[in-house]
Amino acid sequence: MTAVMGSPRLRKEDPALLTGENKFVDDIQAVGQLWMGMVRSPFAHAKVNGINAEPAKSMPGVYAVYTGAELMDMGLWAAPLPCAWPVTPDMVNPPHYPVATDEVHHVGEIVAVVLADSRYEAADAVEKVEVDYAELPAVGSVEAALTDAATAHSDHATNKAFTWALEPNPDGVNDAFANAAHTVTGEFLQQRLIPAAMEPRGVLAIPSPHGGDITMYTSTQVPHILKVMMAATTGISEAKIRIIAPAVGGGFGAKLNVNPDESLALTLANKLGRPVRWTETRTEAAFSTHQGRGQRQKIEVAADADGKLLGVRVHLDADMGAYMMLITPGVPLLGSFLYTGVYDVPAFGFTCDGWFTNLTPTDAYRGAGRPEASYAIERAMDMLAQKVGITPEEVRRRNYLGGGDAFENLDVASTLTFDSGHYGPNLDMALNMAKIADLRAEQQRRRDAGESKQLGIGLCTYVEICGLAPSRALAGLAYGAGGWEAGTVRMLPTGKVEVVTGSTPHGQGHETSWSMIVADKLGVDPDDVEVLHSDTAISPLGLDTYGSRSLAVGGVAISMACDKVIDKARLIAAHQLEANPDDLEFESGRFGVKGSPDKGLLIQEVAYGAFTAHNLPDGMEPNINEQMVFDPPNFAFPFGTHVAVVEVDENTGETTLLDYIAVDDCGNQVNPLIVEGQVHGGIVQGVAQALFEGAEYDEDGQCKNPSFLDYLVPSAMEVPSIKTDYTYTPSTSNPMGVKGVGEAGTIGSAAAVINGICDALSPYGVSDIEMPASPMRVWKTIQDAKAGA
Amino acid sequence: MQIQMNVNGADRSADIEARTLLVHFLREDLGLTGTNVGCDTSSCGACTVHVNGESVKSCTMLAVSANGETVTTIEGLASGGEMHPMQTSFMENHGLQCGYCTPGMVMASVSLLKENPNPSEAEVREGLEGNLCRCTGYHNIVKAVLAAAG
Repeated sequence: MTAVMGSPRLRKEDPALLTGENKFVDDIQAVGQLWMGMVRSPFAHAKVNGINAEPAKSMPGVYAVYTGAELMDMGLWAAPLPCAWPVTPDMVNPPHYPVATDEVHHVGEIVAVVLADSRYEAADAVEKVEVDYAELPAVGSVEAALTDAATAHSDHATNKAFTWALEPNPDGVNDAFANAAHTVTGEFLQQRLIPAAMEPRGVLAIPSPHGGDITMYTSTQVPHILKVMMAATTGISEAKIRIIAPAVGGGFGAKLNVNPDESLALTLANKLGRPVRWTETRTEAAFSTHQGRGQRQKIEVAADADGKLLGVRVHLDADMGAYMMLITPGVPLLGSFLYTGVYDVPAFGFTCDGWFTNLTPTDAYRGAGRPEASYAIERAMDMLAQKVGITPEEVRRRNYLGGGDAFENLDVASTLTFDSGHYGPNLDMALNMAKIADLRAEQQRRRDAGESKQLGIGLCTYVEICGLAPSRALAGLAYGAGGWEAGTVRMLPTGKVEVVTGSTPHGQGHETSWSMIVADKLGVDPDDVEVLHSDTAISPLGLDTYGSRSLAVGGVAISMACDKVIDKARLIAAHQLEANPDDLEFESGRFGVKGSPDKGLLIQEVAYGAFTAHNLPDGMEPNINEQMVFDPPNFAFPFGTHVAVVEVDENTGETTLLDYIAVDDCGNQVNPLIVEGQVHGGIVQGVAQALFEGAEYDEDGQCKNPSFLDYLVPSAMEVPSIKTDYTYTPSTSNPMGVKGVGEAGTIGSAAAVINGICDALSPYGVSDIEMPASPMRVWKTIQDAKAGA
Repeated sequence: MQIQMNVNGADRSADIEARTLLVHFLREDLGLTGTNVGCDTSSCGACTVHVNGESVKSCTMLAVSANGETVTTIEGLASGGEMHPMQTSFMENHGLQCGYCTPGMVMASVSLLKENPNPSEAEVREGLEGNLCRCTGYHNIVKAVLAAAG
């Protein structure tokens, strides 16, 4: 049998997706379903004086209209929507119910719900609901929040929600800056991003009055977490709730929340005994689904005369938006540990203030805190290189952990222990692929010739934290759950294998990869392995998919469950072959007796024997059905080097990405085809932040670009093909040596692109540019620099 | 309003509201849910189908405007249990991840090659400008279309 692990096997998910057979939430119909239409606030901050729903109630097809106050009176909720990450004991967490009653805190907050027979009739009736608002002063940005001139919640005295610090060595940081030959300060804005998974979120809750239970289909990354949270906030017994994430069209963090619409569908279906559904429109998604980023960063770096780092000090002002959603306040913390990057930093300090604004809540978005951290340190390293007068690669080499050599289980200044790293060869490979000397020569030629299209070469050497997460580490961060993952491997009587995973794929190809893990372990054909997932009735134990955790925790659980299968099968085989278990070799799916090549049993034969139970060792339970719950001892720390080659037209300000080179190291790989796909997509999402995307708000908290007409998700036209390669440094955090790659591309690319633009514009004296580096912003920056020169 | 059209080789007729979008008619009246809705501004192309052989964003067309026409959706692309060469090429080149944009992307790609059987990489990128994907970064989609062109 040829090796399965590490082979670019085509995905078993694809045929159903390519032919349209797959069912996303909006594809599923239920007899008697009612469509929800949300009446949403047009104001960012207002008192709700009254609602007249009568004109809507008489519209065709309308079943009911409920205001926030009426819904509260119906007793649908036992508690507000949850925040699972109270980062400090005194964190301010205003109650967030699915529908506002007397005061709205962001544009799009729901004030009333229409139920109608069709999508169109619900939309029509929403237009007829009359709401009397009294507008209040709005906090339209984190800068406005800082002043406390207005407060986002009128019963709050300040917009500050919390202050969180990671200061393991404050004296050391002070000494570092006191003794530094060079210091640089970077102040960066991580603009708000609209996640824009291609499938809009949707939900369909179906009550089953005879069984007393309720099934909710929802476009989510986290059916298991959602089930617990729905039970806790609605009072419906957890045992009565079944959550199914059918085909899910991308998530990127935006689908890991517990949303007002989900709570409304579940509780209204339960109350009314009718299926209740809703699907957001794309423009509505700017208000109904959380956003990403939204941080102001200040990073200070102290170094000696050679550019060797002495200390790093960081402060964030993080925009929470109007409410704390599931992990809103935890996102900056996820980044806090990465502000020292891949570097040997003797002293580190980090503080973060969280602020309420009257904007859509923020929460996880691809990378969640880590792209922001990588951006800040990688921009600062380039600034330091310029100050010291060395190349960007040289300043990095001088500061790599382990001197750029291989290391394992290394303690770093941000209090974590990096599992493994080997940064030097990774950098070398990327620079060779980029042909860095040729690029620099061409850059110089263009500068000397005074050409209008300048070349820039941007470097980023990132590290990320993934494999979320060791449960004890999460306890230390006050996170409200563990970080384990469950996997079950079940041998069926006919020799096929059924795998149950608590991971919840939404494009990552877990069915393919998990099949490969099992095939490799058990010596069966990957096509004989069926992977079941994303349904809490089928896969009751799980903690879902986010934070590049699925392979490093969930995949490892599958692998370890296979070990248990082999252990049990070995005992059965030994019994039936009348051999000592220690005398059996398991190879390519067969237990053979050492020294007797003809004597053996295939694992499929053992599975059938375990099923009939005719001839098992005394006291052994029939069947082979093994579960493993893996709680990793440490995070995993993938790393890589990205090089962005940009061309900036000084006449138009337009930036063209000419080439992009990515050398990533995610440890051992299961399926390189899937790894590469994750890298490509991640890179383009980071490039999008650097060049195109940003949710823009005016001072009244109105989003100026909620639709795809104005919010520039890049098309194939805006990005180049990407050159990828890999180094392979196995993780020490799990027996498979795997790390994680879902967020890597995003963590490396925004900094690489902006470093490239700043490199291109350095002859003009430009040292920084805000994201997104739109043509207008680049052009203006050049003009300002010329005027100032 | 009474309409009739040929969809994936079968004559279909229905009595619908005049304002019904073609995509909602296909999805909700005919049960052809392979065609997806990704936006509300005709920007993303997830709903791309062929009307009389031409690429159309079916969220931009009223069902009544397709009255009497011939429509092909993603469900009508494979024949005899065999995927269309473009579908196969997307699979072989890992041109899809979550698969939500995929039906529209495949339909647009088939149409692209019909108009330009041997496109350059730049022409493929330009030709697919109206179809957004959030997962793949387009690299493997472009590769798949070029491979399908041969």
